[in-house]
Amino acid sequence: MLKPFDVMLVGVGGQGTILATKILARAARKKGYDIKVSEIKGMAQRGGSVVTQLRLAQEVHSPLVAEGGADVVLAFEKLEALRWLSYLKPEGTIIINNQAINPVPVLTGAAAYPEGVLEYIGGRVHNTKVVKALDIALNCGNPRTANVVLLGVLAKHMPIEREIWEQALEEVVPDRFLEVNKSAFAAGYGI
Amino acid sequence: MKELMSGNMAIARGAYEAGVTVGVGYPGTPSTEVLENFARYPGVYAQWSPNEKVALEVGIGASLGGARVLVTMKHVGVNVAADPLFTLSYTGVNGGLVLLSADDPGMHSSQNEQDNRYYALMSKIPCLEPSDSQEAKDMVARALEISEQFDTPVMLRTTTRVSHSQSMVQTAQRSVPEIKEYQKNPSKFVMTPANARGRRVQVEERMEKLRRYSETCSLNTIHWGEKEVGIITSGISYQYVREAAPRASVLKLGLTNPLPENLIKNFAAQVSRLVVVEELEPFLETQIKALGIKVMGKDILPGIGELNPQIIARALKKAGIPVSERYRDAGPLPVDDAAPETPPRPPVLCAGCPHRATFHVLRKLKLTVTGDIGCYTLGSMPPLSAMDTCVCMGAGVGMAHGMALANPSMQNKAVAVIGDSTFLHSGVTGLMDVVYNGGSATVIIMDNRTTAMTGHQEHPATGRTLMGQPAPEVDLEALARSLGVKRVQVVDPLDIARFEQVVKEETAAHEPSVIIARHPCALLNKERQQPVTVDAELCIGCKLCLKLGCPAISGSGGVVEISAIQCSGCGLCASVCKQGAIKKGGQKDA
Ligand SMILES: Cc1ncc(C[n+]2csc(CCOP(=O)(O)OP(=O)(O)O)c2C)c(N)n1
Repeated sequence: MLKPFDVMLVGVGGQGTILATKILARAARKKGYDIKVSEIKGMAQRGGSVVTQLRLAQEVHSPLVAEGGADVVLAFEKLEALRWLSYLKPEGTIIINNQAINPVPVLTGAAAYPEGVLEYIGGRVHNTKVVKALDIALNCGNPRTANVVLLGVLAKHMPIEREIWEQALEEVVPDRFLEVNKSAFAAGYGI
Repeated sequence: MKELMSGNMAIARGAYEAGVTVGVGYPGTPSTEVLENFARYPGVYAQWSPNEKVALEVGIGASLGGARVLVTMKHVGVNVAADPLFTLSYTGVNGGLVLLSADDPGMHSSQNEQDNRYYALMSKIPCLEPSDSQEAKDMVARALEISEQFDTPVMLRTTTRVSHSQSMVQTAQRSVPEIKEYQKNPSKFVMTPANARGRRVQVEERMEKLRRYSETCSLNTIHWGEKEVGIITSGISYQYVREAAPRASVLKLGLTNPLPENLIKNFAAQVSRLVVVEELEPFLETQIKALGIKVMGKDILPGIGELNPQIIARALKKAGIPVSERYRDAGPLPVDDAAPETPPRPPVLCAGCPHRATFHVLRKLKLTVTGDIGCYTLGSMPPLSAMDTCVCMGAGVGMAHGMALANPSMQNKAVAVIGDSTFLHSGVTGLMDVVYNGGSATVIIMDNRTTAMTGHQEHPATGRTLMGQPAPEVDLEALARSLGVKRVQVVDPLDIARFEQVVKEETAAHEPSVIIARHPCALLNKERQQPVTVDAELCIGCKLCLKLGCPAISGSGGVVEISAIQCSGCGLCASVCKQGAIKKGGQKDA
């Protein structure tokens, strides 16, 4: 019996959540999970917040993660971590990319980007992991692999073996980007 | 083989496997990917039509010609296609015809929410509702069989969560039936009043047969659990119900028009309490109540927006019905006073979007702008706030004319904006109306050379088809002229000085005019220009550039900053800056 596992990927359009979702889904299937993924596209491309919900179990009905139901919330951006925090299980893990992307109301001065997001979440969620994914990705040779760095961190918290993740990575990522993505994944996994 | 597929991919696959050879539609979230995926299969023909009415008409022709046909659109698209639909119900089909209506409860990307099952009821055609991708795939084949067996178009009705959620699908081989012979048959296909009266009777006979079919068909299934509570449900709500109340008995309706009355009566008789769980309108509930059955539904569940297992569990619990442990205590988490304020993150026009330049000028000239639907609808939001209305595709043109009729002083103040895809969808007749009726509206066609909003689909003025073939391009200038518009100007909105001049000229003119604001979508433009740079010495922090609402520009401190990663180098901010503090990057990089 595979352990049911709910994950939310939250971020901003263009941050690469779609590729991360693909790899995750592939790994879950290899592990033998039934899986449902809910991704609302709509205006995502236009810089809105993007939410992907993945549910893994022996048999999944609803494609939606319940409030208070996510085993892990993987936030590609700090403000989005805060926005979707209520979806985390009390004993769940939140992984936060230490990056701020200002929404337009902040850019134009109509609203302020919240201060102390990491402290607030860290003070409430025992399992808070803050990751400098952009810096790590840069070190690996390509800032665009920050998504795979984060996926590496997530992988460590999921009941799926590392070899399976690596196979999934190889199957999903195009050949010419594979090397850099492998090192990005390894860097994340090693945190 | 089993594959992870979205509902939309599964519908495309189902159509391919069931031998659909003609797929037609108009883009619209959440339906768009169906046809895009279908077009990639070998041995099929797929096309975008200019609008949903034309798409359905092409579909009707293909069906009469003997092919199996899939016609796709979003819920509001069915409003546009309703005219042929209601009479197609009378003529019936030759090759099977499935109309996909992708509804959008919760309005993730729509201007309204409507429950299109009522279209099936009103036009008297069968309606199938899948609850996951496997069913979405399988139901295409079932819908085609029903279509051919009962000589009727069939509605396949999805919702956003079915269309866009991914789940496992078992694929199969394709089998293509022979193309059916077309046989001339005026009493069936020529809907003059006399012929239609004959068909009208047959429609009722067909519904009667379908009602009998629905009683025993495998699309409607009972999942027996405890008998204290029976739940009748359909579509995605079925999946939610299984989570929220795993022990309840469930009658899952896959065929929701016409309803299996005896099956429902028998189910109702075997359970102590009965609940209908459905998203949006009390479509099933009203009909079940009309059978004299006592049932709960919208008295405990919302009729607005999407459902989810939590909402359902909460409602059932309140009604004293046992729910899953997981959802038993479901309720909004307590609000934490210490939580930092979370500003919204609304979608925005992309960096480099040519629409931004257009709206900058319209705002500057303080024009009343009757607008339309597309990416450019975002121009209504702060800080641009430059669009006054958005009703439905094509509406802005007629509305600009109407405003001037009501109040002649608006004549030189109201302009219509409309995207290129939207203009071809339903703006042309509006413009014809302005000219014919002596109006003097200025219509700005925001021609970014694509249907950007729904993910860059081709349309009749882009020079390509859905299948990637070159196509003749509609000449928008010539089209406007042919309608009788004498004043037609083409201008690049990013040349804001000239664009402003043109808008001033055309709004002042006492006759209809068309401005084609032409600049390709920033996301299509593969050669990015160098990002602009800010000269910190010259920037006085006036924040004029921030009023453009460009995601690349920020400025909390004195001097503005421009993100080199986000900036597309369009240079709009440089044109707007009065201090000359923003410099264009110069040469293009390869
Ligand atoms: C009847 C109907 N069909 C489809 C849609 C979905 N839709 C909204 S706007 C649009 C087209 C947008 O393209 P265009 O007018 O070229 O503007 P752009 O997004 O490129 O700026 C579509 C397909 C709709 N809202 N209503």
